[in-house]
Amino acid sequence: MSGRLHTIVALVENRPGVLNKIASKWRQRGFNIESLTVGHSEVAGLSRMTFTVDGASNDIEQVTKQLYKVIEVVKITDVSDQQVIARELALIKIATTRENRGAVIEIVDVFRAKIVDVAADSLVIETTGTEEKIDALIGMLTPFGLKELVRTGRVAMVRGGTSTVTAPAQNGQYRHYRSAGEGKPKVGSLI
Amino acid sequence: MTKINGAEIIMECLRKEGVEFIFGYPGGANLPMYDALHKYPDVKHILARHEQGAAHAADAYARVSGKAGVVWATSGPGATNLVTGIANAWMDSVPLVCITGQVVSWLLGRDGFQEADITGITIPIVKQNWLVLDVEDIAPTIAEAFHIATTGRPGPVLVDIPRDVQQALCEFVYPDHVDIAGYQPKMQGHPQQVKKAAQLIDESQKPLILAGHGVVISRAADELRELAEKAQIPVITTLLGLGGMPGSHDLNMGMPGMHGMYWNNMGIQEADLVIGIGMRFDDRVTGSLKDFAPNAKIIHIDIDPAEIGKNVKTMIPIVGDVRTVLQQLIPHVQPARHDEWRGWFRDMREKHPSITIPESDRIVPQYVINKIYEMSGPKAYYATGVGQHQMWAAQYFWSDNPYSFVTSGGAGTMGFEVPAAIGVQFARPHDTVWAFCGDGGFQMTMEELALCTEYELPIKFAIINNHYLGMVRQWQDKFYDHNLSAVRMFQPDFVKIAEAMGISAMRVTEKSMVESSIEAALRHPGAVLIDFEVEEVEDCYPMMPPGVSLSDTIDQPKVGEPEYAR
Repeated sequence: MSGRLHTIVALVENRPGVLNKIASKWRQRGFNIESLTVGHSEVAGLSRMTFTVDGASNDIEQVTKQLYKVIEVVKITDVSDQQVIARELALIKIATTRENRGAVIEIVDVFRAKIVDVAADSLVIETTGTEEKIDALIGMLTPFGLKELVRTGRVAMVRGGTSTVTAPAQNGQYRHYRSAGEGKPKVGSLI
Repeated sequence: MTKINGAEIIMECLRKEGVEFIFGYPGGANLPMYDALHKYPDVKHILARHEQGAAHAADAYARVSGKAGVVWATSGPGATNLVTGIANAWMDSVPLVCITGQVVSWLLGRDGFQEADITGITIPIVKQNWLVLDVEDIAPTIAEAFHIATTGRPGPVLVDIPRDVQQALCEFVYPDHVDIAGYQPKMQGHPQQVKKAAQLIDESQKPLILAGHGVVISRAADELRELAEKAQIPVITTLLGLGGMPGSHDLNMGMPGMHGMYWNNMGIQEADLVIGIGMRFDDRVTGSLKDFAPNAKIIHIDIDPAEIGKNVKTMIPIVGDVRTVLQQLIPHVQPARHDEWRGWFRDMREKHPSITIPESDRIVPQYVINKIYEMSGPKAYYATGVGQHQMWAAQYFWSDNPYSFVTSGGAGTMGFEVPAAIGVQFARPHDTVWAFCGDGGFQMTMEELALCTEYELPIKFAIINNHYLGMVRQWQDKFYDHNLSAVRMFQPDFVKIAEAMGISAMRVTEKSMVESSIEAALRHPGAVLIDFEVEEVEDCYPMMPPGVSLSDTIDQPKVGEPEYAR
């Protein structure tokens, strides 16, 4: 694509189908979502999503406007042009032997990553940082034998006192939506 | 408080929302809803013959009545049959509340009999949808559904309710208001923007108004006329904006675009200011975007922020309800004359009349359509299908009756005409309703004719029968080297079909019979179908070929020019 990677942060109501609806808006215009993370926010009932998408700025702006049409989207901002802290977490499983384990640990130390699991023939390494740092670490470790890799995708927060995306004042609480399975183990267990 | 079941709660909700009609079709998964129906005789159920028909009828009812259309269908195929109707309402911003039955909740996702993931299927064509898994959620969900469907930029919504949830018991409490954090449509335009717009209007020498469906939806015809009159601005109405400005008004210029008036397409290119009001600069209106209105600054008034800057670059966007914004704007606009500019339009109209009915001994479709308009009086309503007859119906529509033209614009759904006319007649039981039908589209939904007999609807159906899928035929002739492919089909005897449905019908093959047949249809107290056997290869002009600029609109084909020769 001709554009660059955009980081978009959205505050959405936490209810079934939201992810599907948001993904659908990108899909309709043929955008590929590079990464997507979702989790609870500081407001009960609201989730914060961070996604990265490749594309030209005006196209991204168009889709962002379309995303406001998803009723559950409370606020959405493209933070690409702001000063942000952007991080990703990765777990990396590396094949090791008794001989090369020391060398792997040395690299892990240099990158200030952590070893979270040790087995006779493998190590699991946990690291957080920018995509570039994680890419570099993976690059260093791959020659030893990369067995498995999982990355969370980017989460981002604007630097300084201003909030990245804040919920507008709301009378009363955001509604809590039950999941189909919640509180009804027998009925919901198949859903 | 006593507990009632989920289906009865649905009915209570509909009553609270003032629903008069449900257009629907029963089936296994909405049986409890149909069981509850008889306890609520003030809400009438209209049994369609196909769920698509129910959706289109509710759609047209909503457009004319200004209220939400309500549709019921069962799960699986019942729900999927709604999809075309929902998509049509979505493209034209029509408030539709669809309530579908779903398989019992413990079968969800297990391919139960007649299961379809209708909330998943409809995501891209609804404003919002819900799968309700608890009877206590039915009332708040339906309240939200009506709120979302009818406010802001209206649109369809869908509530999917498993059968066991319809049968579960609960107390009925209807929320007195709905507050959704992520949904706060703005009615008022930003005052600063409004002032800037007024200033731009005052400064302009050649201003133009492009009025769209938003004018009709927000019922802003009076405000539009007031603004136009105050500053003497010519008003062009898009296909769905027809009826937003009185047809006979001096300032009404008719339709622009692919089959619009030549003078309008040239006028847009000439204008120094284009004021888009409740419209979305659709490709059928703008032609090639890079050449659109090259000399004009653009003011865009729309309630949907996503429409601003979507297709054209806007100098002054105003997000808000069309009617409210116009009320804000009018006091700031200075009276003006624009005599020279209006003279330009007059000259253009004289030089390029655009709509001239071809002289012929045979029946040309334009002649039939125009005669129907002439003879049906000032209070008639019109529904159309899609294709050539629709464009002619739009070109010759100059009625003063506001909001009386119902057509499938954005989606271009063939087969809209028959169920749409039914919906219009339910909304306007005492007025004349015409359905302009194509011979192709009519065959898509003609099963709905039965409703005219069942519900005593005196609709007048005019089939503009050229024995072709006319618009496709025209394109194949013009752009595909006359290679006519799959545009000619076996036709049933439409007169017999109508008669079999209990409707009086006649076939008109001579020009001399046109007037008398229309007169007879208008006099007849019940439904009438007229099969007008018209000239087969009449082309629709003016025409802007696809992909070119408005400046390249062809007013009328020049005789002898090979690419446009007959």
